Amino acid sequence: MSDTRYHYGGDEYLLVIFSEAMDLAINFKLLSICHEIKHRQVPGVIEACPANASYLVHFRPEEVHPDHLIHTLKDIEKQIQHADTLHSRLVDIPVLFDDPWTKECAQRFADRHQDPSVSNLEYLMRVNGYSSKQEFIRAYCDRPFWISMVGFVPGTAWCYRMCPPDQAIQAPKYIRPRTDTPERAVAHGGVFLCIYPVRGPGGYQMIGMSAVPVYDPEEHLPDLRGRYILATTGDRWKFRPIDMDEYNDIRSQVEAGSYRYRIVEQDFQPSAYIRDPSRYLKRLQEEAVDEETGHA
Amino acid sequence: MKKPAMLNVIDPGLLTTVQDLGRLCWYHIGMPPAGALDNFAFRVGNLLVGNPEGAAGLEMTYTGPQLEMTTETLIAVTGAEVTLQMNNQPAALWRAHHVVPGDRISLGSARRGARAYICITGGVDVPERLGSRSTYMLGRFGGLDGRKLEANDQLQVGSPAVSFEKMLGRTFDPALIPTLSREMTVRVVIGMCSHRVTTTSLQEFLNATWEVSTEADRIGYRLKGPTFEFKPGEQPFGAGADPSNVVDLGYPIGSIQIPGGLEAIVLLNDAVTGGGYTTIGTVIKSDLDLIAQASPGCQIHFDEVGIEQALQARRDREATLNLIRMELGIFDQAGALGQ
Repeated sequence: MSDTRYHYGGDEYLLVIFSEAMDLAINFKLLSICHEIKHRQVPGVIEACPANASYLVHFRPEEVHPDHLIHTLKDIEKQIQHADTLHSRLVDIPVLFDDPWTKECAQRFADRHQDPSVSNLEYLMRVNGYSSKQEFIRAYCDRPFWISMVGFVPGTAWCYRMCPPDQAIQAPKYIRPRTDTPERAVAHGGVFLCIYPVRGPGGYQMIGMSAVPVYDPEEHLPDLRGRYILATTGDRWKFRPIDMDEYNDIRSQVEAGSYRYRIVEQDFQPSAYIRDPSRYLKRLQEEAVDEETGHA
Repeated sequence: MKKPAMLNVIDPGLLTTVQDLGRLCWYHIGMPPAGALDNFAFRVGNLLVGNPEGAAGLEMTYTGPQLEMTTETLIAVTGAEVTLQMNNQPAALWRAHHVVPGDRISLGSARRGARAYICITGGVDVPERLGSRSTYMLGRFGGLDGRKLEANDQLQVGSPAVSFEKMLGRTFDPALIPTLSREMTVRVVIGMCSHRVTTTSLQEFLNATWEVSTEADRIGYRLKGPTFEFKPGEQPFGAGADPSNVVDLGYPIGSIQIPGGLEAIVLLNDAVTGGGYTTIGTVIKSDLDLIAQASPGCQIHFDEVGIEQALQARRDREATLNLIRMELGIFDQAGALGQ
C-alpha cells in the first residue's frame, strides 16, 4: 500500500506528499510522475512542480474537480512504481570557498548565529567533525549534488549531496534569518546546499561564492537564453573549488556575456544508482570526461 | 503616422506597478504568477473600459499616482476607496471616464482598502515576458524593467479591442461592488501539514483574531496572533531542527505557513514558491481579494470550509462577474460588446 497523502491546497492546488523525510529514491520516482503528468497533458492541470519528497499541482477547478484529479494522479502513481531513466545534465559550478564577501556578510549578522566566533564555513566543518579546511572542501565536493527541487525564488535549487544518509553533511540554519545575503552566495542548511539567485534574506550557512549566476532575467548568457535559470530538477551540479584568479577570470567572462557553462547531457538510471551509488557516479563521471574531451 | 498613445507618470505614488492576471506555468522554476492581487476589482476595471479581463493595468498601493494622458480614451479606477480626481475635479470609482490628451488623473490615499487598479482602454503595453506583463519585483522581471513606476516613466497604451466610444456611459448596479472593512473573515481549507500542530492549537488558530502586521506586501502578509504548539516527535531526516521545519515543499498561493510557530504568513501572488515551513491550510482563491485590501492593523478571522464550499465560492464570484458583464452589455470574456 502506498503511504502517499493527497492534500487540497485550497481550490486550485493539490499537494502530494510521499514522505516526511528526504529520500533520493523517492525524489527519483516523483520526478518520473511529474514528467508523466506533463506528458499526458492531464485536463485542467496548469503544471506540476516537483519538490524534495512531494509535488504540487496547480489546476483549474472549472475544468477538473479536485477529487477527480486525485483519482488520475493516483492512477499515474500506481503505473509508475519505479523511476524511469531520467534525463540529467552534469553541470560544472566553479566556487570560491571561504570568500571575503560572505564572511563580511556573516559578520554583519553575527548576533543571529549559533557561534559568531567562527566563520560559517568553520562552523559547518566543526558540526560535521572536520578540522582542516582543505580536507573538508575536498570531501564536500567529491560527489555531485542532485537537484531535487527548484523554487523559493526563480533559480533557487535544493542541491542534495549524493551520498548515503549516514554520510550526509548537515547544518542547522541561522537562529534568526539574515535580512541580507549576497547574490550567488553558496550556502548550506539542513541537508541541502543552495546558491542564492538574487540578493535577499536567508538562513543557510554561507561557505563560498559561485563565480557563475543561476538566474539571468536579462538573458545575458547564451546558455540561459529563453530559460532564465540554470537549474532543472534532476540535474547534477559538480562544485569545483577555484582560487581568486580563476574566480575573477570567470566573472569577467560572465560580465562580458561570453561565459559558457560546462554541461554534459547524460541519461541517469535511478536503479543503477540505488544498487551501488559510488560505482555508478564514478562511471557517469568517467563518461562525462570522455564526452568533454571528445568534443575538445 | 499616429503617435503611440502614452501614459505619463508625473508622480508614481508609494508603490505602483504594471499588473495583469499573472504568468502561469512557471511556478516550477520558482517564478510566482505575480498579477493583480485583487483579482475581482482588476477584472471589473478592465470590463468597464472595454478590455479583455487580462489586459494590463496599474496596481497602486496605499497612495496613488498622478498620471497624464496623451490620448483620447477611457479609464476606470476600482478596488480600494481612494480619492480620484480628474483635472482636479472629483470623479467616481468603479465607472469608466472619458479622458482627452493633457488630462491629469490623480489618486489620493486609500481611506479603506489598500490597492486600487487603474485600467485604460487598450491596456498598458509593456513587453510580455513568459506570457504576462505583470511585474515581479523581487525577481526584477516583467512589467516596466521589473520594477515599480518612477516619476517621468512613460507607458505605452495598447490598441483597443473595441472602440472606447462604445463603452461610454455603461454602468452597473453599485450593489455588486464589494464592501471593504477593517475587520474581515476569510475562508480557509485546512490541510497539508496541519497534522503537525496540536488540535488545540489548530482550534485556537480558527478562534483567534489575527492582526495584519507592518510586514505585509505582495509576497505575503505576516499576521500577529497566538503562537502554535507542535505535536511532539522526532524531526524527519532533512527537515531541520525546529519543529516548524518540514522537508522543503511547494507552497500554494494563499497557503498559510507558521515559521517557528510564532506567527502566520499568508502567501500572495509574488509568493516564494516553496520552502521548509509547516503550512496548515490555504485561503480560498476568492477570499485572497479581501487580504489584498487589508492594511496593517486590520483584523482577520479564519473560517474553515470544505472543498465543495470553496468551489461554490468560486462559482458565486463568477456569477457576480457575469451579472456585471451583462449589465455592461458584454457577452464574452474576450470583451466583445453586445448591442
